[in-house]
Amino acid sequence: MTRGRIRARLRRSHLHPFSCLRPNANNEEPHPLSGPGFSRIVHCNRPDRHLKKPLKYCSNYISTTKYNIATFLPKALYEQFYRVANFYFLVAAGLSLTAVAPFSPLSMIAPLAFVVGISMLKEALEDWRRFAQDMKVNSRKASVHKGDGVFGYKPWQKIQVGDVVKVEKDQFFPADLLLLSASYDDGVSYVETMNLDGETNLKVKRSLEVTLPLEDDEAFKNFTGTIKCEDPNPSLYTFIGNFEYEQQVYPLDPSQILLRDSKLRNTAYVYGVVIFTGFDSKVMQNSTKSPSKRSKIEKKMDKIIYILLSLLLLISSISSIGFAVKIKLQMPDWWYMQPLNPDSLYDPDQPSKSGLAHLVTALILYGYLIPISLYVSIEIVKVFQARFINQDIQMYDEESGNTAQARTSNLNEELGQVDTILSDKTGTLTCNQMDFLKCSIAGTAYGIRSSEVEVAAEKQMAMDLEEQDTQITNGSRCRKSAHNSWEDSRGGPEIELESVITSKCENDQKPAIKGFSFEDNKLMDGNWLKEPNTEVILLFFRILAICQTAVPELNEETGMFTYEAESPDEAAFLVAAREFGFEFCKRTQSSVFIREKYTHPGQLIEREFKILNLLEFTSKRKRMSVIVQDEDGQILLLCKGADSIIFDRLSKNGRVYETTTAKHLNDYGEVGLRTLALAYKKLDESEYSAWNDEFVKAKTSISADREAMLELVADMMEKDLILIGATAVEDKLQKGVPQCIDKLAQAGLKIWVLTGDKMETAINIGFSCSLLRQGMKQICITVMNSDAVAQESKQAVKENISMQITNASQMVKLEKDPHAAFALIIDGKTLSYALEDDMKHQFLALAVVCASVICCRVSPKQKALVTRLVKEGTGKTTLAIGDGANDVGMIQEADIGVGISGVEGMQAVMASDFSISQFRFLERLLVVHGHWCYKRIAQMICYFFYKNIAFGLTLFYFEAFTAFSGQSVYNDWYMLLFNVILTSLPVISLGVFEQDVSSEVCLQFPALYQQGPKNLFFDWYRILGWMGNGLYTSLVIFILNIMIFYNQAFRAEGQTADMAAMGATMFSCIITAVNCQIALTMSHFTWIQHLFVWGSVTTWYLFLLLFGMLPPYYSEDAHKILVEALGPAPIYWCTILLVTVACNLPYLAHISFQRCFNPMDHHIIQEIKYYKKDVEDQHMWRRERSKARQETKIGFTARVDAKIRQLKGKLQRRSSTLILPNCMPSPCQ
Amino acid sequence: MIGEATSSGGGGKDDSPAAVSGKKNKKPNYSRFTQQELPACKPILTPGWVITSFIVVGVVFIPIGLASLYASEHVVEIVERYDKDCIPPDYRNNSLHYIQTSETDKNCTMTINVPKHMKSPVFIYYELDNFYQNHRRLAHGMHKEFPFKSHLCCLWILKVEFSSVVDMIELTQFGARNLLFGKSPQKISLDKSENPEFVFIRMTTKVEKSARYVKSRSDKQLRSKASEGTTETCKPEAVTSNGQPIVPCGLVAWSLFNDTYKFSVKKEVLGVSKKNIAWKSDQEHKFGSDIYPKNFQNGSLIGGGKLNPSIPLSEQVDLIVWMRTAALPNFRKLYGKIEKDLQANTTITVTIENNYNTYSFGGKKKLVLSTTSWIGGKNSFLGRAYIAIGGLCLFLAVCFVFVYLLKPRPLGDPSYLSWNRNPSGQMN
Repeated sequence: MTRGRIRARLRRSHLHPFSCLRPNANNEEPHPLSGPGFSRIVHCNRPDRHLKKPLKYCSNYISTTKYNIATFLPKALYEQFYRVANFYFLVAAGLSLTAVAPFSPLSMIAPLAFVVGISMLKEALEDWRRFAQDMKVNSRKASVHKGDGVFGYKPWQKIQVGDVVKVEKDQFFPADLLLLSASYDDGVSYVETMNLDGETNLKVKRSLEVTLPLEDDEAFKNFTGTIKCEDPNPSLYTFIGNFEYEQQVYPLDPSQILLRDSKLRNTAYVYGVVIFTGFDSKVMQNSTKSPSKRSKIEKKMDKIIYILLSLLLLISSISSIGFAVKIKLQMPDWWYMQPLNPDSLYDPDQPSKSGLAHLVTALILYGYLIPISLYVSIEIVKVFQARFINQDIQMYDEESGNTAQARTSNLNEELGQVDTILSDKTGTLTCNQMDFLKCSIAGTAYGIRSSEVEVAAEKQMAMDLEEQDTQITNGSRCRKSAHNSWEDSRGGPEIELESVITSKCENDQKPAIKGFSFEDNKLMDGNWLKEPNTEVILLFFRILAICQTAVPELNEETGMFTYEAESPDEAAFLVAAREFGFEFCKRTQSSVFIREKYTHPGQLIEREFKILNLLEFTSKRKRMSVIVQDEDGQILLLCKGADSIIFDRLSKNGRVYETTTAKHLNDYGEVGLRTLALAYKKLDESEYSAWNDEFVKAKTSISADREAMLELVADMMEKDLILIGATAVEDKLQKGVPQCIDKLAQAGLKIWVLTGDKMETAINIGFSCSLLRQGMKQICITVMNSDAVAQESKQAVKENISMQITNASQMVKLEKDPHAAFALIIDGKTLSYALEDDMKHQFLALAVVCASVICCRVSPKQKALVTRLVKEGTGKTTLAIGDGANDVGMIQEADIGVGISGVEGMQAVMASDFSISQFRFLERLLVVHGHWCYKRIAQMICYFFYKNIAFGLTLFYFEAFTAFSGQSVYNDWYMLLFNVILTSLPVISLGVFEQDVSSEVCLQFPALYQQGPKNLFFDWYRILGWMGNGLYTSLVIFILNIMIFYNQAFRAEGQTADMAAMGATMFSCIITAVNCQIALTMSHFTWIQHLFVWGSVTTWYLFLLLFGMLPPYYSEDAHKILVEALGPAPIYWCTILLVTVACNLPYLAHISFQRCFNPMDHHIIQEIKYYKKDVEDQHMWRRERSKARQETKIGFTARVDAKIRQLKGKLQRRSSTLILPNCMPSPCQ
Repeated sequence: MIGEATSSGGGGKDDSPAAVSGKKNKKPNYSRFTQQELPACKPILTPGWVITSFIVVGVVFIPIGLASLYASEHVVEIVERYDKDCIPPDYRNNSLHYIQTSETDKNCTMTINVPKHMKSPVFIYYELDNFYQNHRRLAHGMHKEFPFKSHLCCLWILKVEFSSVVDMIELTQFGARNLLFGKSPQKISLDKSENPEFVFIRMTTKVEKSARYVKSRSDKQLRSKASEGTTETCKPEAVTSNGQPIVPCGLVAWSLFNDTYKFSVKKEVLGVSKKNIAWKSDQEHKFGSDIYPKNFQNGSLIGGGKLNPSIPLSEQVDLIVWMRTAALPNFRKLYGKIEKDLQANTTITVTIENNYNTYSFGGKKKLVLSTTSWIGGKNSFLGRAYIAIGGLCLFLAVCFVFVYLLKPRPLGDPSYLSWNRNPSGQMN
């Protein structure tokens, strides 16, 4: 609410050049500043006074790092051991120093140190990068007054409160400043606040009149003053303070405050005095610590670790109880252990005490159940995956030179599970650049170039046509007839394709002029003079050139004018007018000057139009008008506005072109263009002056309802208009956006647009990127009468909204047509009610059944709230994408935040988890990388648990055979190597290189993406399956080995197997079995996988061989074990073969049966690829590609489908009267 | 990043040149590795492959299984339990006493009938049961005072001596009569005032290092004379009371099996060869030829067998065999071999010297005579397991074929794609 009020004030200041509405500032009283929260005192130009407390404020140095040198170690260690598994290993390592440990301390501490060390190194590197970024900002130079009117450069971090700073054009403000004076005489400066709120239009800032004389460096020699103002706070749109200067006190308001990180535009320089520095500045107060995000898989992994910990606890207690029992009952009889010589750990008299001590031993011994290398392996894999994302050449943007960046690598797999995308509009979907594309003048449509929507629709149609052809070749006359008539109708008026064909070459000739893509020789180069309604066309162009509020700016290099306009539409109109020969070249306080090129052939005439009144644009009025007097004294009202508004205000004789224009407007709207209708009215002198008296009266009134009165008066004037035409402007979408949205929709993703823009703009964009289409039922939820809000109680408004939501839900529920699609459009004000606790679930329930959701006029905070609602309400993964600082909240709130890099403002990118330079790369990021990463990580984790269970449990079984004494059958070295070398590289190669299908196939079959959001590869069924497999493997390994090496000789030479031989054999079995298992799970073998998997097995035997060669001092019981004992024994090799096959048999049988009789999509595609069916049967391949998508109601495809359905419906009706009925219905379904 | 930071020292203005220069460098270089386009083989499990591999496994496994079964069947194995029978009837109820006292005659004679022809070499094993040679026992490292508790179960004379292990013993009076017998542990932390006949023994001991049964040995010591004194890991059987190292030290050696067998056929002695019953590497590398048993079984408690101090450890094959700890509580160890064929139905007379105490923990003792084959001793499990797995594979192959015939799925048939199987998932 506050924000709205402030904005209104800002907007008024826009009219400053016309002076007519300028508020009279002199009457204002200074703010009565007192009490807490208003304690700040700034001595202007006396920074030395701020060196000591209490006036010493924080420096302008900013830091966004997580750690500093002192805190790094404790903080990073804390983060590491906050993970339950790491904490367990820390405790275990600590205990390994005591006597209860079954292993040597080194074998416990070394892997832990390695794992934690790597993770901390990664943290340190990431923080270093943030530090470098901060340093870059901190060392930017700004021109600061050094005394005696001399300015010199200083790094930003050295700037202090009270400094006078000179900022030049296109520089960022180094701190929050009070504007003292600007290069313009009247102290006006233009500021771009893109980094703060994402708005690209310029804001006007205006200095106090008393400080205007401070306009050069010299003037600051003796300048002093005192500012008393509010304390630092995060509110961007408020400021309260007083300025004491020359014994006078002046009130300050936000329009004098220049905020850090906004940019000076269009003004040569400004002087300002620093009020808030560093963390006190509003933008820094607004920044929130980016939350550390963890992927869903990782959270689930924690649960699995808890399960394993409980399993660990369980078997440890079994073991310690067993131990206690054995000690109590049997130990005294075991004379060979000298029970005479007992101690507290082996004390038959105190079995419970010994048992407890043994519990600790067991907890350490079975630590192999919990994969210590899991985290570090995952980190390594993710770093590789992130590198692949960063290196992907297909996500490299030639224009900006940016690659995709995985800024945090711990969310890679989450990319594969996204369900809802929440997208910003400006700068994300659109380039925020308007292109004048078409117009309709006097009932004639001009402009042959087609919009992006048309181009893309045409492509889709062509593809579908091809498919139809395929079907024809398959036979069925009936289909053919269907197709033919469909084709017939294609040329008909139902689909806007007439201009499509001409656009083939569009890609080659890019529009040379920014904002102008119009192409029609009938109007260009003065040719419009030959058109029938020349007068009307002339007027049309004049309206374009005059009815605006922009400021021209001469570009000295090209000699052309560029325009700084409030909205990009206006700039596009002015550019269009210039290209048509009506160049807006100068604006004074009361006039607009237009250079007309063709009105008098061969001459360039500069015409002056006196601006009598300006009736500004508001979102409520949806129109703007100017009243001008031309050089002949003729008074004209020129008006442009939304078509519905204008059409209501036409005079009876002004409706000549109404029907044709309305049709054109409809066409334009359908292809996603933003339209405005233009109208005019001629005024008599007397008529005007009568009205003007009213207007002035209203304007000067000081009553509270001044604005309402003004509006009423304006309304009186803007009627009985004469329609002359309409414009169609393309809100230039970023390259590939519609296609990308289409693909994402086909991949089953829901796309919500959250924009700060007004509703019409948002809807237009919705159309142009196919989130909306004709025939979609739009549910607009708004507060009915925005005026009434103030009067009505909040409760009533809420009831109203609740009612609307209920009705809409009811409507959706009752809808019978399965193809019906709904779109929910809601504005920010309504949203603020809908997001309240009692209503938000109702709102969410409605939103999720709608095909597309567009929220307009939402504040950054609301963006974050909506994101949170979706995230928490649906429990699904959300992805927020945006480019501006206003998207930061949303980006941080969402499960995955994606920032668009390339344009200015780095805030969004800094807050994001991934940055891409174009929206279209999102497709590849999700559908290819996300899909792969999800599957890789899921498979990898499952396998990790499998192998550790398989290994860890054998330790337990064996222990039971040693009277639970905690003896392990394996040599310590084997165990150390198990996690670190022998089984980690293969699983890392799985995590880095596995591809179920190639990237092309991922893109061609977006439906495959759904495997992620449906979580097919990491559900409990699968996890438990893998754990069960681990259990089975451990049992097979242990039982078979025990049975085979029971007590008889294992070689022809008569020797029996001792513990070393048995341990080595069991370990060989484990290594072979788990590595064969991973080979079975892989579907993609590059040489790297081959090397790692088979290399691991080989490494084990090599190790055993070489380790056995070492003198017995090092190799202990493994001395010569392979060469002498095991190698020559056929039973050893027989056991390995048997155990390996037995371990993998159930899995092999399971996957073969699954694959053959219940195949998943990627299996079939792998087969098609394997047999090269896609090459042999291209029709089939293409058909499947077009079918491989989720049911979607948005995107081109849906749009085209809807069209086809509509045509088919018609055709069906037509043909059912003509053709045999039995032939009709089925084939086309 | 860092490079940019240093280059942009000039202020906000010069961001663009830095960006321009960054442009060229930033473009990722194409390589098949970074673009994840390395050539790869993508094997898929076709029914053909599945059936073939099942059949191959079956076809390979069953013959192996049969071969090993066959081999196992040809192994002749005689197992005779003698721990019960070798107790004279008088001592049946007090077998512990019988085995613990040195007064009884430990010899006993058994006859074994050879059921089938046994080809030389015939291996002789002793088999122990319920003997946890794999036990990991810890002696806790602490410095504490504790009353000497005794739960004596064996008939060793308790000689209390001053040693370095026991720092101090308070010994007031000695009356050993009631101390020495009884199965259940007895506490003798007795007070002088209670019964002046008894002794109050208080030992203050420092036990430094952990030791396990399995690890209660010093491999280093066994290897050479030079490291004779390396006995840290051998506690509690490391040094004698006067600090002399025990060779071989440790509980494992201390509990050396010491039953002996003598074989004869019709009064004619069958020679028992001890050649090659120990691993060659053990004899060569682990047990030194210059180190001789010393102070062995001379201590306060006497465990198992004694060693001839004039034979170097590398020749003490029984010790070497014993020192290879068994994996399971039920194990056999090689005793020797008879290098002579034994004809079927020969009756062998075995004279057993029944020294080793397994009676306290109820472990069985067995004498095993066995021949071997390529799979070692008699072991039908391996063969059965192979046949079972092979059979299972064949069965799976058959199942697979059947199911496949009933429900064939052409490979790469797009009609099995989810969007074709589930028509609601598509638009038209």
